[in-house]
Parts: sequence; structure tokens; C-alpha cells
Amino acid sequence: MAGAGGGGCPAGGNDLQWCFSQVKGAIDEDVAEADIISTVEFNYSGDLLATGDKGGRVVIFQREQENKSRPHSRGEYNVYSTFQSHEPEFDYLKSLEIEEKINKIRWLPQQNAAHFLLSTNDKTIKLWKISERDKRAEGYNLKDEDGRLRDPFRITALRVPILKPMDLMVEASPRRIFANAHTYHINSISVNSDHETYLSADDLRINLWHLEITDRSFNIVDIKPVNMEELTEVITAAEFHPHQCNVFVYSSSKGTVRLCDMRSSALCDRHSKFFEEPEDPSSRSFFSEIISSISDVKFSHSGRYMMTRDYLSVKVWDLNMESRPVETHQVHEYLRSKLCSLYENDCIFDKFECCWSGSDSAIMTGSYNNFFRMFDRNTRRDVTLEASRENSKPRASLKPRKVCTGGKRKKDEISVDSLDFNKKILHTAWHPAENIIAVAATNNLYIFQDKVN
Amino acid sequence: MMLSKGLKRKREEEQEKETLAADAWWLDPSLPAAAQAPPAAASSSLFDLSVLKLHHSLRQSEPDLRHLVLVVNTLRRIQASMVPEPTLPPVPSPPAAPCVADSLLASSDAALSASMASLLEDLSHIEGLSQAPQPLVDEGPPGRPTGGSPPSLGTLDLLGPATGCLLDDELEGLFEDIDTSMYDSELWAPACEGLKPGPEDGPGKEEALELDEAELDYLLDVLVGTQALERPPGPGR
Repeated sequence: MAGAGGGGCPAGGNDLQWCFSQVKGAIDEDVAEADIISTVEFNYSGDLLATGDKGGRVVIFQREQENKSRPHSRGEYNVYSTFQSHEPEFDYLKSLEIEEKINKIRWLPQQNAAHFLLSTNDKTIKLWKISERDKRAEGYNLKDEDGRLRDPFRITALRVPILKPMDLMVEASPRRIFANAHTYHINSISVNSDHETYLSADDLRINLWHLEITDRSFNIVDIKPVNMEELTEVITAAEFHPHQCNVFVYSSSKGTVRLCDMRSSALCDRHSKFFEEPEDPSSRSFFSEIISSISDVKFSHSGRYMMTRDYLSVKVWDLNMESRPVETHQVHEYLRSKLCSLYENDCIFDKFECCWSGSDSAIMTGSYNNFFRMFDRNTRRDVTLEASRENSKPRASLKPRKVCTGGKRKKDEISVDSLDFNKKILHTAWHPAENIIAVAATNNLYIFQDKVN
Repeated sequence: MMLSKGLKRKREEEQEKETLAADAWWLDPSLPAAAQAPPAAASSSLFDLSVLKLHHSLRQSEPDLRHLVLVVNTLRRIQASMVPEPTLPPVPSPPAAPCVADSLLASSDAALSASMASLLEDLSHIEGLSQAPQPLVDEGPPGRPTGGSPPSLGTLDLLGPATGCLLDDELEGLFEDIDTSMYDSELWAPACEGLKPGPEDGPGKEEALELDEAELDYLLDVLVGTQALERPPGPGR
């Protein structure tokens, strides 16, 4: 069964039953490249859910308030705002096209009525302000209701404009553009707990920004070798600690994680902690390095643990123990014997993300065939679920799926060779407080909730 | 242990020994990982596949660095496993019946290392060119302020006189890395000996031709650009 925990649920009490809630996106078989979702992120309260796609668009969904007259539309997410965040660009000096694909979205904590988020493509980060307008002023002196300027000499009396309600309008405007600081492709952004700074990481460097300052950033990590021929490792992900504003981690293509403390030196080329699990000699292969490459690193909400995702597993690390993870969860171990084919078709390079539940009691990550996996850290149970249109009846419970690894295939099991490797779930997100999850399956966004008792 | 010619490896000796030891398991047929350490023929096809991937990656206008690095590292592993006895001195003459792996290594080696080296060098040179004017970005106070010139100026800044010095340095770096295959063509074969001894052992090196004064003059003229290219007289092919 799926993970327990979340606000209000007695620990270890009710088993969670995941149910289909909503699906967003087109139904056609023919998926437009631009519609492929490339990032999913809840905001701090969970009321807003943002997605970014390959076409450079951001779509924000807002959770409806619970409505007594429509009890079944319990907290549905509906479109709140859509805007074009990034456009394709052309770098004339290098003769290169810069993709508009949104690599990551990160929300800022809410400080006033407006919402702010950072969105990034390969090269440029933008701060967007999303604000509501539900009133407009009427009765201007210098212009008519339809906007035409009035002749000042004809105005004989002054009036005070009054505010009148209007249909809600949600506007997104770019407030800051942080450009020209990354030579290589940006893979991560992370907002600091000080709410004033954030980091951006590309393949070889990590920069620290102040949210108010766009014309300069500080380079805090640089792993570029003097001689590029000696390049053997790249940065794959980076994140700030949720509470300690001087601490961040970054992962590498060699399966290592370095924790850095910005207080110890301005340049964090030397790490404070180094996390690496020694390789198991019995499972070595030509592909050992590729499958050890970490595709995502996430701190737990508590700040005590971090989680890394490599090709076949998810590992939970105690920040106080660098020598090995405290938990290892196999995502799709049955693929280990297929690594050669997966290398051939490049699937072995797929970058899966992972996420924690609000209480850190469960973790989730995606797989192939539109499967995603959940691991309950308390009960040690795991489950495989599927995001598919077939299982999309309102409030229908999701049935656990099983992959048959050999021998006789049972009914309802699917064999490894029948898996669709084009249907990959790379991006998932978990509501910060409740058991609501968002799962991106190519161009569709699925929202699942636990059955309320 | 030299994995491939032309690839500069500035490793410490201890690191080299460590790498050798770590990779030596490829040579032990008794290991249970035999399922994933395929026999020579399969290694060779994996090698081919990896070379294909590498070339495909290098052909992209802006290669995915992670993909490139992982493929290169995997290729090195495969290459290492295909070299039978890394500790023996190099064989002076090629074997009578070279196996597929060896011939692949020989033929792809120079091209591979040259293209890889040039690509990786290009990446660093291009970076120098396109970065907004900060010639001292890697020196200066700790915390290395970097990045973020106003978006409106962008890379056009580099064309201005103020940054002339920066451009000169980078140009020199670019030329340093000229593709040596241009010297390997028929026309240039006599030239490569005298003019560019170079680190790579290009295929033309075996032909040790003597340059006479007339040929040297001719070549110098061409370099200076005063003479159109045409077949030189004498023993040239």
C-alpha cells in the first residue's frame, strides 16, 4: 500500500488508497513536442501547482476552495494562469539555438498578495510575479470610460475615481531576468531559506544570486578542469538546505554528492561532506558509472535527510553519515539485465526526479510505462501505480501494478519486454501538507488524492 | 596506462595505478559479473556503439555535456577491457592478423581523440568568447563575481575595442587547436613533417619525405597566401 502520513492521518493507522482526481492536457495520441511537461512544482501552501513545458510555457493551477454545495469537487485544481515564460533564442556568436524548454520552476514563499516563482531554461532564469486584479477604477478625470483622452479645457469639475469590481484577472509579469551567467546548461535552481538568495547550477558551475540583483552573481562552485580534455564529471543537481541558509548540496554524474558550507569559504570548491556509496564489485559492468549518475537530489522537509535518485534506485542519506545511505529502494531492478539495450536507445540517460511527502514518511519517483513508485519509509512497503487514461474514472482507486520479471506471468502482471519506454514519468510532485500528488506523463498532468474517509 | 593516443592525461601516478587496479577486473574472467562483461566480440560491438554515440554527440551544435562525459567514460572502460595486456611494452609492428578491436582502436583512435580533444577545447574557447566582458573572471576576490551583463548588450560587447585584448588571447587559443586532418591530405603530406610536428601521431607520419628548398619556399608562399593551391613539383604524390 502507499505511504501513510500527512496532516491528520494517525501514524501507521489508515492505509492510504490513492484515487484518480484529475487529468490535464490533450487526449490525442499525437503529442506535440512543445506540450511535453518538463517540470512540476507545488507552491509552499499547496494551493498552487505549476507546470512548465518544452514550449517554454508555464501553466499554474489553483486549488478550488471547498464548496459545501459541491462536496465532490473537493479541492480540484483548475487553471489559474498561463503564460509564455521563455522563448527560443539564437546565440549569434556560437550559432546556437537556445531551447525554450523550462527545466525547473521554484516558488518563492508568499510574502504578500502576489505569488512569485523562478523559472529557468538552459541559460536564463526569470522571476515572475503572478497577481490578481479584481477591481478597476472608474471615473477618471482625464480620460473617458473607453480610454479616450478628454480635452483638458472642457473639464469643469473634478471627480474622485471609484473602484468597481470586475471579473478576476490573473496577470503574470516578469520582474527580473537573470541572464548571461551560465555557459553550460542550467539543470537546477534552488531558493535559499533566507528568501533573499537562490542558486543556479549548470553542468560545471554553481552561481549564487540575490533576487533583487540581476547584473551580477557569485560563482560558488566551479568544477571545470583547466584542460577540457580532462573533463570526466559534471554537476547534475543542486539544492539549498531547507533551514540552514549557508548549506547546499550538489550531485554529480559519478554518483557522488558534495555538501558545501558557504561560511567556510566564499569558493565552495572544497566540500564539507562527501557522500558516496562504494560500488558493489559483484554488480559491476560497463554501465556502472552511467547508472550511478545521480539525476536528482532533494533534502527532506526536516532537513535531516537527503534523497538521491540514480538510474535504478532511490537512496536516502542521513546527513551525518557520508559512507553509505541509510535506505536504498529499488525502483525497477528488473532493468539491470537490460542495460545494454537501454544504453543503445539512450533510455539509460533518462533523468528521473524524486520527491518527499509532506511529513517525510514516504517518497515517490517515476519509472517507465507511465508507472510511478511510492515507498513508505515506516512500513517499508512499496507500491507501483500507473498514470493512464484507462484508470481515469473520477475517484477511482488506483490498482497496484506489478512487473513480471521472469517465469510465468500472472494475470494483470506486465512483462518487462512489454513495457513502453517512451512513456516515462520523469517529474512528480507531492503536496507539502496533504496526500495529493501530481504526476507528469509526457503531455498530461495527473492529480491523485487519497480517499477521504 | 595510455588508453588512447592524443588524449592528454595528467594524472598522478598513484591515481593511474588505482585506475589500473580498479579496471583490471575486466581481465578476470572468473568474476560473476561476466553477464555484463561480455566477450571480446560483444565488447567490440559495444565499442562501436559507443563510438557512434560519441560522434553523434560531437556533431550536435551544443552537445549535452553529461551525455558526452558519460559516453566517453564508458568508451574508456570498454577500450581498457579490449587492450589485452596493458603492462606489456607496445608492439613495434602491427600484428599479422589484427582483431576487430585492435583495428577499431587504431583507426578510431586518432580521429576520436582529435575530435574529442578539439570539441572539449572548443567548448572552453567558445566560453571565453561568449562570456560577457570579464577577462579576470577566474581571478580576483573570493566569491568570483561573474555573469549578468545587461541583456541588451550581450555578446556584441566583445566586438568593441575595449575588449580587444580578450579577443586576441582567445583567437590564439582557437588556432592552437586547428584540426590536423588538413595536414593529412595528399597535398599537405610533405609539409606536416617540417611544419607541424604536433602531439598526435597522424596517419601521414610514416611517410618520411624530405623537403627540398623549392618545396619549402612554395609552402611558405601558400601559407602567406600569395599563391593559389596547386600540385607541387617533385616527389610529391
